[in-house]
Amino acid sequence: MSLLIPEEVVSKKDISFKVVDDKPADRIHRILTPEGEVIGTLPKLSPAQLVGFYRWMILGRFFSDQMIALQRQGRMGTFAPLQGQEATAVGLAAPLKPEDWLVASYRENISHLIKGVPLLALMKQWGGHFADNYPPELNAPPFQIVLGTQTLHAVGIAQAIKYNNQSHVVVTTIGDGATSEGDFNEALNFAGVFKAPVIFVVSNNGWAISTPRRKQTAAEYIADRGAGFGMPGCVVDGNDVLAVYQVVSEAIDRARAGDGPTLIEAITYRMGAHTTADDPTKYRPQTDLEEWTKCGPITRFRKYLINHDMLTEAKDKTLHEEVEAEILSAVKEYEAISPPAPYQQFNQVYAETPSQLQRQQTDLIQDLNLEAVSRNGSYA
Amino acid sequence: MSLVADQISPAVIDSMHQVLTPEGKVVGQLPDIPDEQLMQFYRWMVFGRISSQRFVALQRQGRIGTFSPIDGQEAASVGMAAPLQQKDWLLGSYREYLAYHVKGVPFPAQVKQWGGDIPDDYPAESRCVPFQIVLGTQVLHTVGIAQAIKYEGEPQVAVVGCGDGATSEGDFNEALNFAGVFKAPVVFMVQNNGWAISTPRHKQSAARYIADRAIGFGMPGCLVDGNDVLAVYQVVADAVARARAGDGPTLIEAITYRLGAHTTADDPTKYRPEAEVEEWEKRDPIIRYRQFLMDRSMLTEKEDKVLHEELNTEFEEAIAVYEALPPRTPQQHFDLVFAEQSPQLQRQQAKLLEALETEPDSGVNHDSSLMPL
Amino acid sequence: MPNWTMVQAINSALSQEMEQDQRVLIFGQDVGHNGGVFRVTDGLQERFGEKRVFDTPLAESGIIGTSLGMAMYGLRPVVEIQFAGFTFLAFNQIASQVSRVRYRSGGVFTAPLVIRAPFGGGVRTPEMHSDSVESYYMHMQGIKVVIPSNPYDAKGLLHAAIEDPDPVMFLEHMKLYRSFRQEVPEERYTIPLGQAAVVKEGNDVTVFAYGAMVKVALDAAKQIEEATGATVEVVDLRTIAPMDEETIANSVNKTGRAVVVHEAARAGGVGAEVIAVINEHCLYSLLKPVERVTIPDAPFPVPKLEDFFIPTPDRVAKAIHRTLEP
Repeated sequence: MSLLIPEEVVSKKDISFKVVDDKPADRIHRILTPEGEVIGTLPKLSPAQLVGFYRWMILGRFFSDQMIALQRQGRMGTFAPLQGQEATAVGLAAPLKPEDWLVASYRENISHLIKGVPLLALMKQWGGHFADNYPPELNAPPFQIVLGTQTLHAVGIAQAIKYNNQSHVVVTTIGDGATSEGDFNEALNFAGVFKAPVIFVVSNNGWAISTPRRKQTAAEYIADRGAGFGMPGCVVDGNDVLAVYQVVSEAIDRARAGDGPTLIEAITYRMGAHTTADDPTKYRPQTDLEEWTKCGPITRFRKYLINHDMLTEAKDKTLHEEVEAEILSAVKEYEAISPPAPYQQFNQVYAETPSQLQRQQTDLIQDLNLEAVSRNGSYA
Repeated sequence: MSLVADQISPAVIDSMHQVLTPEGKVVGQLPDIPDEQLMQFYRWMVFGRISSQRFVALQRQGRIGTFSPIDGQEAASVGMAAPLQQKDWLLGSYREYLAYHVKGVPFPAQVKQWGGDIPDDYPAESRCVPFQIVLGTQVLHTVGIAQAIKYEGEPQVAVVGCGDGATSEGDFNEALNFAGVFKAPVVFMVQNNGWAISTPRHKQSAARYIADRAIGFGMPGCLVDGNDVLAVYQVVADAVARARAGDGPTLIEAITYRLGAHTTADDPTKYRPEAEVEEWEKRDPIIRYRQFLMDRSMLTEKEDKVLHEELNTEFEEAIAVYEALPPRTPQQHFDLVFAEQSPQLQRQQAKLLEALETEPDSGVNHDSSLMPL
Repeated sequence: MPNWTMVQAINSALSQEMEQDQRVLIFGQDVGHNGGVFRVTDGLQERFGEKRVFDTPLAESGIIGTSLGMAMYGLRPVVEIQFAGFTFLAFNQIASQVSRVRYRSGGVFTAPLVIRAPFGGGVRTPEMHSDSVESYYMHMQGIKVVIPSNPYDAKGLLHAAIEDPDPVMFLEHMKLYRSFRQEVPEERYTIPLGQAAVVKEGNDVTVFAYGAMVKVALDAAKQIEEATGATVEVVDLRTIAPMDEETIANSVNKTGRAVVVHEAARAGGVGAEVIAVINEHCLYSLLKPVERVTIPDAPFPVPKLEDFFIPTPDRVAKAIHRTLEP
């Protein structure tokens, strides 16, 4: 338990304040250029897996667009689109094993789907129902609304995994905005101290509602935060699904080997609004969007697949039709379910409903003339 | 590609600033400080040691409340405050009481706070807020003060002290982040004394150095030998100059050691080896500095003895002032909630005063003793 | 006199306070260029510049903690927390610091700051966006809690809050932001904090409400008056802390019956405090126990369920009925 006595760093030099002024371009890991050309080492993935990534991305895009449409028609609650962030969402979830955990915020819907969470579960949560369709065996809690809090939960889960001598890992996602929250920094610190098997993926999409990244923190890269908590920080092109897949895989291997946490910053762009309640034209220039559309994750990956004979125009069309059908079918399923029954409000507060709450339940049912409510949840 | 290559980026700390070795030999550039000031540093540090040890004794006698000794941290305390101008701000926790003294807070005002009374004697012009108990909170306040300084266009800076433990608090990190974004004229001074009660530094954070935290918030970080008052003075002075010039915040980590207990309620023999304490006693900030002064013929044994006597007297006088204060009445408890008492408070106050008048003893707790905390 | 929504009224108050006192500044998340997610601070950054109206990183504790530092220094920050439920992230700064700085420094340092935050249900927000938080801050000592129910009050109360030497939590019900317009004087005026308003006089029963529930109470009162011969008095509490106990006592001593309605949960809610006050001052005037109409002691309902739980005029009317029964 000896205290660090840094004799080895005692210096006779005059004091100098070191500021990061080297921004090596090669710090941002990238495998595919925006034009889909290969410039890095390809991860070992089969064509089927690669096409599978593509399918997830277009499914996610279509899902996001559909949800916006539904919200505009009053058929869905407030929704946070992920347009532009598909590569990050796919790349961070694809390497996970079933026994690994995903603890994500509201933006990475595709990640949940890859983990096995049914579309219905996501739609229910967005739709304002109880988020009670997340099967526990999927190891993916309902997506988080309160920013940054999930990163602490993720660390706790990782500590529990370690405690049980298991070799699972936890991947948690967070936006650039939420990295300013105290909780996120406390989470990094705990993860570092306890060498928890957790991977922090910061989905840096450039905007926290109307706050641009530069006003969120003066750090050059959010990944630089890692050094201050004793873990490696890695920056990746978030619009390159293969690069994201690769760095997350490597981080997972590290964690599984007992080498502790990693902080990954995926640089991407929020092409849509913060949520359906937001109007980004108020605060950001159209030119930005145009620039980023050229670097879009789906276009570049499609080019890569087509150039390497893994996808044809025809197959692409078919895939699009498939995902469309899948989403529309899920919408039908969602709209066919009954709304939750009022009594459910009282039943999920405690394991056993205390008497005051039971009384309140009775009073309310009387007040609302709900004697006819059946315990199965349907009501007149 | 290897993530390890991205490990702790090239720009982080690779040197610790030092001017005096533990033996008091000059190895770095001596800061340009006049002799009287050099002597004053010594007087302050000795006062710190004397007051710290005597406060412990007072607590044992039940004359003050729980106390946190600063033995071993005198150089860091003096060095963080000495470069400041009167108009600058200094905030800290309980461990920065010596820094407050250097800044100009009248000592009896701080005695009052240790005594468990409302610390209402901090003059506004000392620009120190009564030392903070709730860890890390003062760091955010200081950033706010720095932002206000900037807002008013004043040439002041704000320095804040906190411990290694407090750097794990969310507030600390939020404060660094705000300071970086707003380029606030603030200097963060982390007194890394190796222990947060019984949690050693390496269990507090996996960061190699707390100063490595700086890069993640876009500011320079700096490591200094916290037991070398001249080195601490130098780095703080430089950081203060940076801030005053509008170049923004700096994070300084001063490596020091808590020779005593966390507080008078703590027993460190339970969790740390005596050998470690002995190691650090060899690096004592006062011993090395005394050697430095004697080597330069600025201090003799005889003068040192007189100095100690004077400072002991100074301490006794401050205690006497405190103990001569009239007892605190419950009146003020109600007066300090709002600017103007609410009707409820007025009523509650009247009720209590009435009760005290008619039955002075009933309802007043006589069982409480100084809490063993 | 213009006809303003509550948003416009608040915007006007903020603007005028900024104009007349250079020490006032506004910050929070998305309040600058974006004008706030509810557009309450719309146009202010344009008018007063980024130095005085600015966005912060995403950190509630950071926002409140730095605002306290600024207030200690002598500025008068008016910060916005995007939704009241997120003040919990700053709870430590509010509870241990903002509300106590006057006490712990003997008055040398104080916190003349205002924390504005929207809350309230009936607008289908995602979780934590609608929570009522006034009880937590009511119980805190050293901080005032204000909840306006209409545009006119909102402006007057906000002027008073910003002027107040003590910290004020200014909670704005989202549903009221744009739901109706009202004549509001353009010039600066204040409504005293700590003063409830009798918005409707009556003799047989008093209904206490605040925020969006005032309208609910008024609707229920109308129902009762049309159905029975009884007359209902409606009192808008306006300031939750310090509460206007005098108005409460005067009213219930007159009517002898009372109902409290709030959107917050039952246990330890504002209703509990009102009833305790009634107990202290009006027990012998009471003809029936006081009724509370609240949401139950469960987390704020999911959007799909909130309509069942947010107090409605019907539920309040039923409660009033129960007090009128012999």
